[in-house]
Amino acid sequence: MEHYFQPEIECASREQIIELQNERLVKQVRHVYDNVEYYRKKMDEKGVTPEDIKSIDDLHKLPFLTKDDLRDAYPYGLVAVPLSDCVRIQSTSGTTGRRVVAFYTQHDIDLWDECCARAIVAVGGTKEDVVHVSYGYGLFTGGPGLNGGSHKVGSLTLPMSSGNTDRQIQFMTDLGSTILCCTPSYAAYLGESINERGLKDQIKLKAGIFGAEAWTQEMRRDIEKSLGIKAYDIYGLTEISGPGVSFECSEQTGMHINEDHFIAEIIDPNTGEVLPEGEKGELVFTSITKEAFPLLRYRTRDICVLSRKKCSCGRTHVKMSKPMGRSDDMLIVKGVNVFPSQIETVLLNKGYAANYQIIVDRVNNSDTLEVQVEMTPEMFSDSVTEVAVKEKELVNALKAMLGIYAKVKLVAPKTIARSEGKAVRIIDNRHLY
Amino acid sequence: MTVKQISVFLENKPGCLAELVAILSQNNIDMRAMSIAEMQDFGILRIIVKDTYNAVRIIKEAGFVTSVNEVLAVAIPDQPGALLQTLTALGEANINLDYSYAFTTAKKDMAYTVLRVTDNEKAAKVLGQKGIRMLGQEEMEQL
Repeated sequence: MEHYFQPEIECASREQIIELQNERLVKQVRHVYDNVEYYRKKMDEKGVTPEDIKSIDDLHKLPFLTKDDLRDAYPYGLVAVPLSDCVRIQSTSGTTGRRVVAFYTQHDIDLWDECCARAIVAVGGTKEDVVHVSYGYGLFTGGPGLNGGSHKVGSLTLPMSSGNTDRQIQFMTDLGSTILCCTPSYAAYLGESINERGLKDQIKLKAGIFGAEAWTQEMRRDIEKSLGIKAYDIYGLTEISGPGVSFECSEQTGMHINEDHFIAEIIDPNTGEVLPEGEKGELVFTSITKEAFPLLRYRTRDICVLSRKKCSCGRTHVKMSKPMGRSDDMLIVKGVNVFPSQIETVLLNKGYAANYQIIVDRVNNSDTLEVQVEMTPEMFSDSVTEVAVKEKELVNALKAMLGIYAKVKLVAPKTIARSEGKAVRIIDNRHLY
Repeated sequence: MTVKQISVFLENKPGCLAELVAILSQNNIDMRAMSIAEMQDFGILRIIVKDTYNAVRIIKEAGFVTSVNEVLAVAIPDQPGALLQTLTALGEANINLDYSYAFTTAKKDMAYTVLRVTDNEKAAKVLGQKGIRMLGQEEMEQL
């Protein structure tokens, strides 16, 4: 039996959603035009006025926003309300360029929490549950988002934050955590640690909500097995609010975008042209309810597909696929496109840990790709030949997947930093950008 | 008649072996024999110790990847041609030798060789028939 946090909106008819979107978009464009000089200039340059936007059919007329705009307008340039009306900021880890700083009014926080509450209820969460939040708290949106969502549901919330794995496991066993929220790589690590300690039968977890990082179906199966749970995906970005922009339901075939708050488009990343439903392209979001930081047509750089296929869960909101890569995360090695998820798939299929590091370098004007993998007891042998055979199998499997040679370097266990936030998977020593 | 050998995965970088040996030393683990097989990026340390069970526990706790397997330890008179007899016996019986390493003890006139073959049972039988003496776990520990 499927449960919903807000059934009237989560299962609303397409007509109702469009009506809501039309009304909210028109209002939002006016709000932004009147209060955000930076975007007003962009609209003026494009010759678009708020009056031109009468419904979502006119959305394509609006200019895009990118991470560069956020950098240019830093810190207050895109804030649409007086600072005195803002109650919170959240920020990204900001590994490339200057960090993103997003602002929230109390109303914005309430709506964000409701989005996260929908995600928690979708995985079976109720007020009887113990929600264990191991996302980082603080500037990172992960912890505060799921924390707020859990409060809205009325679950007992464990604000664990990231790190201190021993304590995480102790709380989990002592307080009977039933829903785990963290990054998928940390979930994998927790699963590994719990099994190492022989505590699997002492945990009560039934579901996990894992996001903020790319992960594969293989990794999902791995986590589900090691923790004995159902693992669900959640998606979001600080620019738009945080986790809960979209979330997975029982069908586990994509994430429902909260369309009463965010309008999604898929565009051709090269031309900016809007693509029809079902085509793969860059995901673009328009916030239609945010007061403090209302981004219109924000380019996420995430490549994915939207689907309006009827979902067995009963929700009517459009579903997005798991991001298939980022237009700025993809590696080009020896002219070949390499996605870290491809390497992860090979490693998991070959029985290695999902913990790995990709090192790209340029030696004598030629790219090199090295994959560092941790040795496992299963792979180890006293015989050099046997280890060499396994290493060769991995090299061949990577070659088959990627189309290029990747050197495999077997390293000692636990030497590749376990992520308690976002995993550093790629070290690109070429510094091409 | 076999003895237990511990293998440990070591990264090929300065101090790795020292780290492991220090752990063994701190725990009073006495090594009877040792050898290292080196690859480009890693090495496999193989040791025979007095207290295998505890040594493995300590090595695992220290976070190393390790395994235990059975090998043959052959006593060979310390004189020219003595090893040849053993190797010939194995060769004639079509038993492949994966690797081997020798060690000596305080005992005079006697050397020892560890043999890693795919079929311990068959090798032990062949060597026994030739009158070649093999060490058991207990004798190995008491050397």
